[in-house]
Amino acid sequence: MIKTDALIIGAGPTGLFTAHQLKLIGLNCEVVDNLDKIGGQCIELYPDKPIYDIPAVPECTGEELTNNLVNQLKPFDIKFHLNERVEKVKKENDNWLVKTNNGTSFSTPNVIIAGGVGSFEPRKFSPKECEKFENKFLFYSVKDKKIFKGKTVSIFGGGDSALDWAVELSKECSVNLIHRRDEFRGAQATIDKVHQLAKDGKINLFTQYQMATVKGDKNLESIDIKHDNNEIKNLKTDYVLGFFGLIMQLGPIANWGLNIDKKTIEVDTEKFETNQKGIYAVGDICHYPGKLKLILSGFHEGALAARACFKLARPNEKYRFEFTTTSTNLLKRLGKKE
Amino acid sequence: MAKITYITHDNQKHEVEVQNGLTVMEGAVQNDIPGIDADCGGGMACATCHVYVKEDWFNKIPKKEDGEEDMLDMAFEPKSNSRLSCQIVVSDEIDGLEVNIPSKQA
Repeated sequence: MIKTDALIIGAGPTGLFTAHQLKLIGLNCEVVDNLDKIGGQCIELYPDKPIYDIPAVPECTGEELTNNLVNQLKPFDIKFHLNERVEKVKKENDNWLVKTNNGTSFSTPNVIIAGGVGSFEPRKFSPKECEKFENKFLFYSVKDKKIFKGKTVSIFGGGDSALDWAVELSKECSVNLIHRRDEFRGAQATIDKVHQLAKDGKINLFTQYQMATVKGDKNLESIDIKHDNNEIKNLKTDYVLGFFGLIMQLGPIANWGLNIDKKTIEVDTEKFETNQKGIYAVGDICHYPGKLKLILSGFHEGALAARACFKLARPNEKYRFEFTTTSTNLLKRLGKKE
Repeated sequence: MAKITYITHDNQKHEVEVQNGLTVMEGAVQNDIPGIDADCGGGMACATCHVYVKEDWFNKIPKKEDGEEDMLDMAFEPKSNSRLSCQIVVSDEIDGLEVNIPSKQA
């Protein structure tokens, strides 16, 4: 059980700056994010796209913004729990007990949801039957490639993940690569390699096909794939891999008893607190009259939520407002003064 | 202004007037038409504003630009008449456009 003054859910720009604000005023915090890296949407959706409306930063990409925010956290010691998704929250006395899908648990008076539009999850196949085989014969990521050795693997998708795995697995497995159109998006070298392997008979290429259904009782036996002209082809296969990128899902937060409307959480504009005391929402995920879904608004919301956390984390102390330009306290925390 | 008809998966027709310059996605979001999530807010980065454009309209509206087809690879049940509604800009020329919204976006 990890005890902390505040738990931040989401390591996007808002979560990162909220962590900065918490540490600056002398509170400790930990950050959980379902992605395998820091940066949220900025790093997952638009790392290379320029952003023009960050105050005092005329132009920067999603990746540059993330790097700058991480640099700003350098004076502080903050633990990030990546690849973890919060599952359950429970009130215990004055604290919130939060558990992740990996079994990490936190006890904290303050939970700050900086979750953007939700956590990134893999996009799945549309036929419902696919669920039955998920994590046994059908996967959306590869954890252990050894299980595929000598087997037939059907890979769906047209991007780098699908192409890379098709090339890699073609060394030791029989590979079907299925994609909805003739063009692939991915590194040209990999695309060329896939076409070469297809020519050499190492990869069976099926383009303009999509998943129609999966067949099998206990074990996966075969799949039906459907051509754009409605023709159905049956492929014997041991495993199926789907690589369709990521989608944002609100996930378990939806069941936390918060006031949620259209994927956003209602908050007040003094503390950015939800209808649950000690649970706050900041950034794109929060809603209040006049809300702007801009990164700069997230910074403001995080700064205020951090001050609200102080009251619950240090009930016997008084929060004093200070400037980083003049306060010895703050400068010490920033490592600028002995 | 253009009249745009959004047909949801349950066959409900929603006819709305959308200002020129907005996108078909924005027209749906601003008029509370269900089924268009637009998670990324129009950045062509999420494929959750996916629509099917009626065949006769598909060839009339401006063509897909680079990247849209790549995002459509990730959409839920893409078809040959799939588009991302955030990439269709409203103008007088598309007055009368009809789009079908898929059963879900992901």
